[in-house]
Amino acid sequence: MRSTESNVTQSITQVIAASSLGTLIEWYDFYIFGSLAVIIGQQLFPSDAGASALINTLAIFAAGFIVRPFGALVFGRLGDLIGRKYTFLLTLVLMGGSTFLIGLIPSYSSIGYAAPVLVLILRLVQGLALGGEYGGAATYVAEHAPVGRRGFFTSWIQTTATLGLFLSLGVIVLTKNILGAKNFADWGWRIPFLVSILLVVVSIYIRMKMHESPVFSKLKAEGKVSTNPLKESFQKKANFKMVLVALFGATMGQGVVWYTGQFYAQSFLENTCKLDFNESRYILLWAIVFATPFFVIFGSWSDKVGRKWIMLAGMLLGVICYRPIYQYFLDATNVKEMQKTMLLGQSEPVVERGLVPGKADSLITTTVTKTLTNGMTFKESKVEVITEDVLAEVAAVETVIKDVTLSQSSYIVIILLVFFQVVLVTMVYGPIAAFLVELFPTQIRYTSMSLPYHIGNGVFGGLVPFIATLIASFQGSTPLSGLWYPIGIAALSFIIGAVYIDNRRDDNVMD
Amino acid sequence: MSGLKKILGLLWIALGPVIIIFLFMQAADKIGAAAEGIARTNTTLQWAIIILIFIPICTGLVIFGYYAWKGEYDHLPESSEEL
Repeated sequence: MRSTESNVTQSITQVIAASSLGTLIEWYDFYIFGSLAVIIGQQLFPSDAGASALINTLAIFAAGFIVRPFGALVFGRLGDLIGRKYTFLLTLVLMGGSTFLIGLIPSYSSIGYAAPVLVLILRLVQGLALGGEYGGAATYVAEHAPVGRRGFFTSWIQTTATLGLFLSLGVIVLTKNILGAKNFADWGWRIPFLVSILLVVVSIYIRMKMHESPVFSKLKAEGKVSTNPLKESFQKKANFKMVLVALFGATMGQGVVWYTGQFYAQSFLENTCKLDFNESRYILLWAIVFATPFFVIFGSWSDKVGRKWIMLAGMLLGVICYRPIYQYFLDATNVKEMQKTMLLGQSEPVVERGLVPGKADSLITTTVTKTLTNGMTFKESKVEVITEDVLAEVAAVETVIKDVTLSQSSYIVIILLVFFQVVLVTMVYGPIAAFLVELFPTQIRYTSMSLPYHIGNGVFGGLVPFIATLIASFQGSTPLSGLWYPIGIAALSFIIGAVYIDNRRDDNVMD
Repeated sequence: MSGLKKILGLLWIALGPVIIIFLFMQAADKIGAAAEGIARTNTTLQWAIIILIFIPICTGLVIFGYYAWKGEYDHLPESSEEL
């Protein structure tokens, strides 16, 4: 008896390891684009595009999320028809190939608007592939997991999205530190994309050795494989109503909590608080390192107390805490005000002269590095535009703050606040694979669970950086206005989940 | 609880169209402002994407509300045989 249990544990460990590695690589591929949005925006769009370059790049980034539900339908159908193993082998190849090709696309200065169009097409392929991947991996692990421990075992798959983000940030920071900021901005940003092909080859090798899910194999042997899982999932009211409740009562809120804590936080620190490139990424890296074990803790806990209230508590805490947290980010980086009373010294000015892109007007940028008494540093650039006419009139003067580095105490507090947000992510995300797997029968599981998951994460979650940045750009808005989108969606999902979802665990997924 | 589920169902039915109308109004306002050079980041394309994405989702919310109003969620299936 003990030997059988040991064999089962060993077998499930191998299944988790093989599934997780591939899924982690897919997340890595997917997230390097978002982590490099600012630099990619400068490469894909005209140099005078300004803020719209970032928003358009975030829109391309979001496009990958938007097509994820279609990937879930296409590959989910394949997974329910031909099996889990071969389907997510295919998604891995598509993801790795498109990521590699993004690294080879010439910039706007070489091929004009063909550059963003080509990247958009590859980004859509990435989204389709990821849409097919996750549902397969979660289903595959859940169908191998022993009864009563499904939350624990699937939570390992849940760590892969965060670890993929961690890996992407790590590779980016490492590449930038080795190459230097200028080389990285010019061509080094391509390396994280190109590296992907090596990771994918290793993962394909491992996945080729995996066996088909025992539950699916049994269905196949009995001739009970669904002939049209799409029709069964969405034309049968009993299934469709469960897809809807899973979307509005769970995955929608989970998606916005995920992307606010792990994406918008870093984007806000870098773009709104003007934190140094590396510092904003180090903060997220530390937060992820300390918070990742909580995926397994909450996944395992959900086996004992049920999935529902752990997930909903994560959403509610997000609704309550997001605004105070982001207000602290703003206050702790408000160097414009701080320098009035805390300026310790400043460097010699560095003057750069150039031309306004596309015009004959002169552009003079004078940059000084300032240090405050609390240890913070930042660069302050005065940008002057001098018109071409004989009077050489100064047409515009703008002061820009960038590369803010924090005092030690603020640095630690901000890491803790981002850590707290990632813990909320682990609460909503750790138990959700088990929750979704238990909601749908085997015949249509891959298709049915993938759709609400990818609409919730891909559409509601993936749009967080884009919509929040867009809202914050409205006239009369404040830097915190963008938070109303994730707060509103999480609050709505909390109410629907609290009222309509049961806190049960379905031990039998072999149906 | 069943009564609450049904009453909230009506709210979800109403919320779907309200969100779409709100998005159209926001789009018209922001695109208009962008045309006057006030906010160049709000373009027709960006708003078209947002509206196109949220129309099917809001339709799903209306269907969800309708099911709730009809009592489809009074009892969730205990096993897959009930699905």
